Amino acid sequence: MTSHSPSLPSKAERNPAAFSFRAALVSTDHKVIGILYGVTALTFLLTGFLIMMLMRWQLAYPGRALPGASALFGSNSARMPGGVMVPEFYYQLGAMHGTIMVFLAIVPLLVGAFGTYLVPLQLGAPNTAFPRLTRLGYWSYLAGGVVWLSSFALPGGAAQSGWTSYPPLSIIAGHGQTFWLIGMILIIVSSIAGAINMIVTIIQLRVIGLTYMRLPFFVWSQLVTAFLLLLAFPPLGAAGILQLMDRVVDTSFFLPSGLVVSGAALTANVGGQTIPRGGGSALLWQHLFWFLAHPEVYVLVLPAMGMVAEILANNARKPLWGYKSMVYGTIFLGVMSMLVWAHHMFLTGMGTVITAFFQATTMIVSIPSIIVLTALLASLWGGAIRFNTPMLFALAFLPMFGIGGLTGLPLGLAVTDIHLHDTYYVIDHFHYIVVCGTLSAIFGGIYYWFPKVTGRAMNERLGRIHFWSSLVLLNCIFMPMFIQGMAGVSRRLYDGGLSYAHAQPVLKLNVFITHAAFALALAQIPFIVNLLWSLRRGPRVEANPWQATTLEWAAASPPLAQGNFETPPVAHRGPCEYSVPGKDKDYTPQWEQ
Amino acid sequence: MSIWNFPLFPKQASSYAWHMDLMYFVLTGLSVFFFIAVLLVLAYFGIKYRKGSKADRTLASPDNNALELTWTIVPTIMALAMFVWATLFYFHVTQPPADSMEIFVVGKQWMWKIQHPEGQREINELHVPVGRNVKLTMTSQDVIHDFFIPEFRTKADVVPGKYTQQWFRATVPGEYHIFCAQYCGTEHSGMVGRVVAMKPEDYENWLRGGATGLTPSMAGEQLFQKLGCVSCHLSGDTPRGPKLAGMAGAAVKLQNGQTVTADDDYLRESILYPNAKQVFGYPLLMPTFEGQVSEEEIRELIAYIKSLAAPTQPSK
Repeated sequence: MTSHSPSLPSKAERNPAAFSFRAALVSTDHKVIGILYGVTALTFLLTGFLIMMLMRWQLAYPGRALPGASALFGSNSARMPGGVMVPEFYYQLGAMHGTIMVFLAIVPLLVGAFGTYLVPLQLGAPNTAFPRLTRLGYWSYLAGGVVWLSSFALPGGAAQSGWTSYPPLSIIAGHGQTFWLIGMILIIVSSIAGAINMIVTIIQLRVIGLTYMRLPFFVWSQLVTAFLLLLAFPPLGAAGILQLMDRVVDTSFFLPSGLVVSGAALTANVGGQTIPRGGGSALLWQHLFWFLAHPEVYVLVLPAMGMVAEILANNARKPLWGYKSMVYGTIFLGVMSMLVWAHHMFLTGMGTVITAFFQATTMIVSIPSIIVLTALLASLWGGAIRFNTPMLFALAFLPMFGIGGLTGLPLGLAVTDIHLHDTYYVIDHFHYIVVCGTLSAIFGGIYYWFPKVTGRAMNERLGRIHFWSSLVLLNCIFMPMFIQGMAGVSRRLYDGGLSYAHAQPVLKLNVFITHAAFALALAQIPFIVNLLWSLRRGPRVEANPWQATTLEWAAASPPLAQGNFETPPVAHRGPCEYSVPGKDKDYTPQWEQ
Repeated sequence: MSIWNFPLFPKQASSYAWHMDLMYFVLTGLSVFFFIAVLLVLAYFGIKYRKGSKADRTLASPDNNALELTWTIVPTIMALAMFVWATLFYFHVTQPPADSMEIFVVGKQWMWKIQHPEGQREINELHVPVGRNVKLTMTSQDVIHDFFIPEFRTKADVVPGKYTQQWFRATVPGEYHIFCAQYCGTEHSGMVGRVVAMKPEDYENWLRGGATGLTPSMAGEQLFQKLGCVSCHLSGDTPRGPKLAGMAGAAVKLQNGQTVTADDDYLRESILYPNAKQVFGYPLLMPTFEGQVSEEEIRELIAYIKSLAAPTQPSK
């Protein structure tokens, strides 16, 4: 794959509009915007990670001064006076860690970076269907991120009502929450624009011969994801505006009557008259929020499954096992994911019959995940497996996502959820899915498609160091949290659980977890070095270095700045025809006659 | 009944704690089994079919409906079996037995205020007798809290504007933790308390020892007089408000033609927002009492309304 061909034209010759930031500002090309999404989202990923490390310090050593914090924040900063974190700042970090990771890092990487960059290429299309909408999506996303980050500088700091922003707490909170809502509305605009664009692009811009059942599984995963975003985000948009009105113009959509906060009844001033606020419902927000945020979980997973499927089939040199059932399973998963939101609300007293309904849908939604996962596993059967860095990350996705999914069972059943709800067990369950699972897939995707994007290969040895150290450390971080959760240690504890006398033995694990998290940061250095070094110095590669079959590999590496392909390809066959008996090579690209 | 105590887990100190742990361990056992199966298959395929190995690759079929149906149907059946078990158990855990004694809990930033049926009040402490079903009826006066007793394996959100419930039967005398499990603001992690589970005779002694206040319904009766509710709801032959005797828990016909059950949430709402669900046949005269009564006082009024016996029905 590192074959250096002297006959290849230089990057500047092939790509006259070589990447420049000025051009990127006004570009409507899906590749440029995909790269912008990728770079921005990786920066936010690092930001969210740094935020988490600050929190982990506080959890491991509650009340102890963080070395170097005075230099970072100033010695008499209101956030960390004398280097010791105040609870308000801890809760700001907590709310913003979740918000940044979900809405600014993982989803933009999956959908914004990989989706925007790869889907048109895999369709054989010159660009997205609505190039300006692609651009609007990115800039709206960036604006949302800037609003969120800048809110740390407000008096009172950023939002601190958790990434779920439950009222009434979020309504009586400081200005950071208003910024959170404005940022969220910008992100929603971005997501809806991107989703519409993705759906139309996939339906309209498939090249000749590329029928639905010939689409790469990654494209299917993006299509279902786009529908989820399109259907789930508008309710949150409405809810966000309602909460904004509750905060700014004293309405009471989410405020029930009779509230007394700090000894005083909540009132509104209407036409010079002071009237009590109330009449709304605190739980209405939770319904609207989770109506988005549960499908959002599948937004965090489906494109990762899509990437894993591409990498796995390519490196196993085998077609995907049961491609059709994977596709139908994914569609079913998408539909069912719209019907499970209230399993986040089992403890709100919403009634046993409704609870039983959502518990049933939650059990059902696990079935298509099992189908997709087992199909991926079975794709290895009879393969000729290459264990390169992308493949290692893709393979790690399977058991890691497995742990995340299986630990969801006792949370999905309302009765076992009673003890585990709002404990570290929940934190751990979704971090196994999103970090150990999805983030593995994202790293695999970066190593796998980097040659296509840059025309250069990444370094294998650094990649392996990155993979093995990350895999071990991730499990060091997250395995102990199951034990803490079973012991009943709640999430969102500023003091790390000092008052949990019965759980002190398991809370000692916090020190180990924190050290593992700091080590995980070091383990990302090989990746960052690899990324930057390979960008300039990596060995040049040809168009199809992995000997892959899908249409993005028909384009040059990197693809032509205008229109991607020299001549639009034609799809003659399914997406992953590897090791077809009777062929002289072990792969038959879609574009070959 | 406590059948085992795993050292890392909280003690089992309520009637259903063992059952919940058992269910958790069954689920975890199944999960570990399937996880190891996946790992083994992954390792087996990874080694056998690594690039360049001499494995026979012709056996692998690209598709196999029987196999696929198996791993779809088997987990489905298992999921449904777990669903049935979990749902039956869920109904048990969430529906308080009829003989439960009712203790009232108000959450506020950042403390728990607790009132016993005999009138005793406590803050951040809950004394309960062992062996007796206890129902907590809870609400919050500001943000959402969550009343969590790990050793009892019970937890429920405490939501402003509505009543939520949980019940338990303590089995082992001792001191246990109360935590707020729903993030509720800056001092959330300090919103803790303790449960003292006592032998019934000790509990009786404790009840007698404290400065005995009025029972909730007695306090409610005094409030009922003081706030003037009595002038419309009880006196005279032509009351201006609906008769309250026997109303609690009964069906009420509304002005708009609907019929609702006069449960605690309805009574609470009608005190704060009389216009929300106007009783059929009565004019809208009642003012709102929002801001004039605390959550505890609302609770006392409801206790009083409940204590009013239903008028004896003439036999047909």
